[in-house]
Amino acid sequence: MTPRKKRIVTALSIVMGMAVSAGLILTAFEKNLLYFYSPSQIVAGEAPAARAFRVGGLVQEGSVERDPQSLKVSFVLSDTLQNVTVNYEGILPDLFREGQGIVANGKLDQNGIFQASEVLAKHDENYMPPEVMDALAKAGADIPHEYKAVE
Amino acid sequence: MIPEIGQLALVLALVIALVQTVLPIAGAQFHIHNWMLLARPTARLQLFFMLIAFFSLVWSFIDHDFSVAYVANNSNSLLPIHYRISAVWGAHEGSLLLWALILSLWTVAVSIFSQRLPLAFIARVIGVMGSVSIGFLLFMLLTSNPFDRLVPMPVDGGDLNPLLQDPGLIIHPPMLYMGYVGFSVAFGFAIAALLGGNLDTSWARWSRPWTIMAWVFLTIGIALGSWWAYYELGWGGWWFWDPVENASFMPWLIGTALIHSLAATEKRDVFKNWTVLLAISAFALSLLGTFLVRSGVLTSVHAFASDPTRGVFILVLLGIYIGGSLSLYAWRAPGTLTSGKFSLFSRETFLLFNSVFLVVAMLTVLLGTLYPLVTEALNMGKLSVGAPYFNAVFIPLMLPIVFLIGIGSIVRWRNDKLDRVIKPLIWLLLVSIIAAVIIGLIFVDSALLKTITGIAAASWIILTSLSAVRARLKNRKNKLVALANLPRGFYGMTIAHIGFAVCIIGITITSNHSVDIHERMAAGDSIEFAGYRFTLDSIREVNGPNYKATEASVSVTKDNVPVTVLNTQKRIYAVRNMPMTEAGIDSGLTRDLYASLGEPLDAQAWSIRLYHKPFVNWIWLGAVLMALGGLFAASDRRYRLSVKKPQTITASDNSVIVK
Repeated sequence: MTPRKKRIVTALSIVMGMAVSAGLILTAFEKNLLYFYSPSQIVAGEAPAARAFRVGGLVQEGSVERDPQSLKVSFVLSDTLQNVTVNYEGILPDLFREGQGIVANGKLDQNGIFQASEVLAKHDENYMPPEVMDALAKAGADIPHEYKAVE
Repeated sequence: MIPEIGQLALVLALVIALVQTVLPIAGAQFHIHNWMLLARPTARLQLFFMLIAFFSLVWSFIDHDFSVAYVANNSNSLLPIHYRISAVWGAHEGSLLLWALILSLWTVAVSIFSQRLPLAFIARVIGVMGSVSIGFLLFMLLTSNPFDRLVPMPVDGGDLNPLLQDPGLIIHPPMLYMGYVGFSVAFGFAIAALLGGNLDTSWARWSRPWTIMAWVFLTIGIALGSWWAYYELGWGGWWFWDPVENASFMPWLIGTALIHSLAATEKRDVFKNWTVLLAISAFALSLLGTFLVRSGVLTSVHAFASDPTRGVFILVLLGIYIGGSLSLYAWRAPGTLTSGKFSLFSRETFLLFNSVFLVVAMLTVLLGTLYPLVTEALNMGKLSVGAPYFNAVFIPLMLPIVFLIGIGSIVRWRNDKLDRVIKPLIWLLLVSIIAAVIIGLIFVDSALLKTITGIAAASWIILTSLSAVRARLKNRKNKLVALANLPRGFYGMTIAHIGFAVCIIGITITSNHSVDIHERMAAGDSIEFAGYRFTLDSIREVNGPNYKATEASVSVTKDNVPVTVLNTQKRIYAVRNMPMTEAGIDSGLTRDLYASLGEPLDAQAWSIRLYHKPFVNWIWLGAVLMALGGLFAASDRRYRLSVKKPQTITASDNSVIVK
């Protein structure tokens, strides 16, 4: 091969390598995006059935039920207009309590129950996850005054 | 009175920073000797005022001066003294003050340790660093003054965030900031070289030890943060791809590319423009990191400070520094001459490929970190990018990097023959793979492929590094003397690369072979898990200075022989009424046993998590080795001698390369 051809081959292989890796990266990226849906959106059927997503809202007072034998727990998340029941097995975060704004990751099952793989609560009792705040505002709820979206 | 002194000191520091920026740079451009001479004294004067400001705030904390808003928000009369001091950088305003103080420290360090550098060059470096100071001091005075008074003065303070009441958090932020801000030195050197048009090998040699030191601090800072998350958050995780972690990881990736690219620039006079671009990027990413953490745009456990006007201010600053330096780059870089020539099969090529891979790795992290912000800003919906994305993309990208590290350690500078190295390389590769397969088959019963790949990658790095050491000792009569006389830079490289391998082993084994259970336990209950028997001995109440806690003692036995007792606490911090978990950990070289208290389930029973985490400490051990390698490299004698006798050094340097 002439040096010129060599250079062209090198350049082409670099470009192809870049294209392939960019494709792989973007596929992985698209697959792992977690969209956020409010309870109202889920009840309206906007949330995907097969794909994992995040839901957020206030844990409804009196809705937390624990299984006495295991670490299974179920509770109701609300954006004050609509409710979604969430099932979870495991230890809840330190700041999980009734009335608190939380976010859960997981999937919706056939019965419309959200099977959470992860429950997140922020490390500040006066903190409300921005998504939850937003969902509450869209639902027209009065946001309890002690919550601040920001510190 | 003290806070007012601090406030005044900040204003004076700003005035000095203005002088420190304008006169030395103008002096260097227009050859006005006296103006250039101002660089060093103004840098020192600025540090003097920064120290006054900083210690005024420290004193306000020690003295419980709750009339200062920042103190009132982040301290409490019950807070122990060491946390009162670390509370200075526990939130937004104080961390900025620390940022600016550290910038000032780096500037003075440059002014002291660069006595023999050309005056025009050092004037420019100090001037550029002063301009960064101006931005941060303005930001502090206009949007986030740590000395603002609170009227009326509260009776007591709101306490430091309990998450931050931990010894690890006393030193983690200063280390991280030393790293972040340290890249401002590399930035200053790069901009000074662009301004002066002396982008050459001596610029690279001057810049190298500073860049390596910044990288060392950043490495330690990130490792400390990861270690803190591991034992303090109580989830047993050590890296979450949390946006704030990413914010510190991105400058580290670019910094890693930068120190390697600088090596090539210094030794072989190549990649000058690429190196400058990396230096600008490393600093830009440090600024971006500050922006991401401090503007509150992120949904993150770390984003404890939030205020949109601050975000806009930092964004403008970011625009000015990055835009300004890139414009200068676009204007000056095309004129740079590169004298070094190298063939396709040479160490230069592999270094270049590796730094490109590091940049790509950084870009994938950047994409995952910023994309949610972009979609939110454009009203395209709220979303987050999960850890699986980062793992799926980042880990495969590390494989070519690992492969290239091995080849790059063995192939010579400038021009090498494939015939010379192909045989040993194939041998080393085969040995690495076979060793990994054997280790995998003996010890591992799951995730076999991943484990073997990880261990093979680590052995490849270790074997090629050792083989490079051997090659250096070949043809020497007294091997021990020759070994002792190897340059520190070479020692540093070898130690750091082996540290990376140790880190890979830790990550591979911990990620694939950790086991955990979440159990419901009452006092007296016991459970067999991971070959150990865990017994919950007792649950009792204990009190700390500013919290109440429930403490569980879990005794661990193996084959009826006592191993350890893990004490884990669930604390409720009184002022913020905030629960915190303190994990009980028994650390070892080959495994950690980890217990953390969940929540009370009824009058007797608690939920408890137990973890068995093999080799987890290797992750941080690897980071410590990398930092140690950096220290060795930065203390190489050629950086000290080069200033005195540049001629002899260039000569001896070449002899090392050619050999």
